[in-house]
Amino acid sequence: MTARPAIDLTEVEAALAALAVPAPATLAPATLTSVGLADEYATMVTPVGDVYVAWNGLGISTVDRAEDDAAFEQRFRRMIGRPLRRAVALPEALARAIGQRLAGDRRANLPLDLRGRSEFERAVWLKALEIPHGEVRPYGWIAAEIGRPRAVRAVGTALAHNPVPLVVPCHRVVRSDGLLGNYSLGGPGVKRDILASEGLDPGELESLARARIRYLGSDTTRIYCLPSCHQARRITASHRVAFSSARASEAAGYRACRRCRPDSAARAA
Amino acid sequence: MDDALPTELAADLDGAYERLVIAHQDRLFSIALRLLGDPRDAEEVAQDALVRAYRALATYDAVRIRSLALRPWLAAIVVNLSRNRGRRRKLATVRLDVPSALDATPLTARLAAPDTSGSPHAAALRRESAHDWAALLATLPPRLRVPVVLRHVDGLSYAEMATALGRPEGTLKAQVHRGLAQLRAAAESSSLPDLEVMTA
Repeated sequence: MTARPAIDLTEVEAALAALAVPAPATLAPATLTSVGLADEYATMVTPVGDVYVAWNGLGISTVDRAEDDAAFEQRFRRMIGRPLRRAVALPEALARAIGQRLAGDRRANLPLDLRGRSEFERAVWLKALEIPHGEVRPYGWIAAEIGRPRAVRAVGTALAHNPVPLVVPCHRVVRSDGLLGNYSLGGPGVKRDILASEGLDPGELESLARARIRYLGSDTTRIYCLPSCHQARRITASHRVAFSSARASEAAGYRACRRCRPDSAARAA
Repeated sequence: MDDALPTELAADLDGAYERLVIAHQDRLFSIALRLLGDPRDAEEVAQDALVRAYRALATYDAVRIRSLALRPWLAAIVVNLSRNRGRRRKLATVRLDVPSALDATPLTARLAAPDTSGSPHAAALRRESAHDWAALLATLPPRLRVPVVLRHVDGLSYAEMATALGRPEGTLKAQVHRGLAQLRAAAESSSLPDLEVMTA
């Protein structure tokens, strides 16, 4: 047995002072990300291949395609400017919610970080979020639905600047003449592929557009729709009636479908 | 540093917040670690405290931010969060058992010796000593542990502690003194077995 030396209170104080330790290196970056002053990013597999996704504590901030990490980081810094860190993978809840959204579940809770964007841009993007999986709406439809029927071109610009394509489905917005139009996440070919992956037939839509058919009605219900509306696709060939304008549909005694609201598309200038 | 920081935060919260994190993260983590015992819990609580501070500052006007005493204010946040977590888990508790009980060196010998030499052996001793002191600290009731940690691990003044905890300075001095005395008694009467002393 060894004798135990008595301990002086100042020794106790010194020992306690030595219990102050440095914080883990992960604390500061995680904190800054959590309050939205920095972002993390990772890639995820989607119907259009691997895409880069950046996020912070407020939500998803960026979805983009890029050659490699360096190219993505460079673009993020130019567009957003916040510090950015590579993560191994998306947080599981976020990846699951994105997957559900892409599969057409609009109820999946998926917060978006759209700070620094104009009210108009947000209104356009939130409206695009309402377009169901596998359907398309013209630019003019969005313009009319957000109460800015004359702002069709501005709607197109806002969609081209959509920071979170796929998640905000700007691929479901098409030209007012019914042709598919351009797409920010890789051009028209990618747009066709995504719409096809959602069960739409892009070739059929385009042949209707070229034939100047904007609306389809049913002579049994006397209701007319946008061609990709779920209701329009259920009309059998023998009852399908084609219209080139909303006015023509109404003149024929048809009313607008309450689901796809084709009259919104017609109201836009 | 703390003198300029509130003014900078008042002028540009987003621009200055990272400096607040860098300046206070070690102390907030240390406080949480010594109150909770578990490094993962401590990191979560420290992060939560810093995030709450950000959100609170975002709602304060410039005058209020400039007059903030950041050290006690942040300490109060991390103490409250640690308390809540401890209560939820019911185990801000003692882990005197595993490594120490198997250890051959008498506790008092290790506790007493803050060897400052640079040798690996000395470093190992310091780590052991810190481990044992942390375990002893965990035996204090929270009423004493919180003031002891704020005073002697974090180094707050009694005036700052009074602000942070809302207790009179006299009460806090008495609690710290009692806490230190209990720690010393616990260290001296530690019932760890004296096996063979392993010295290098």
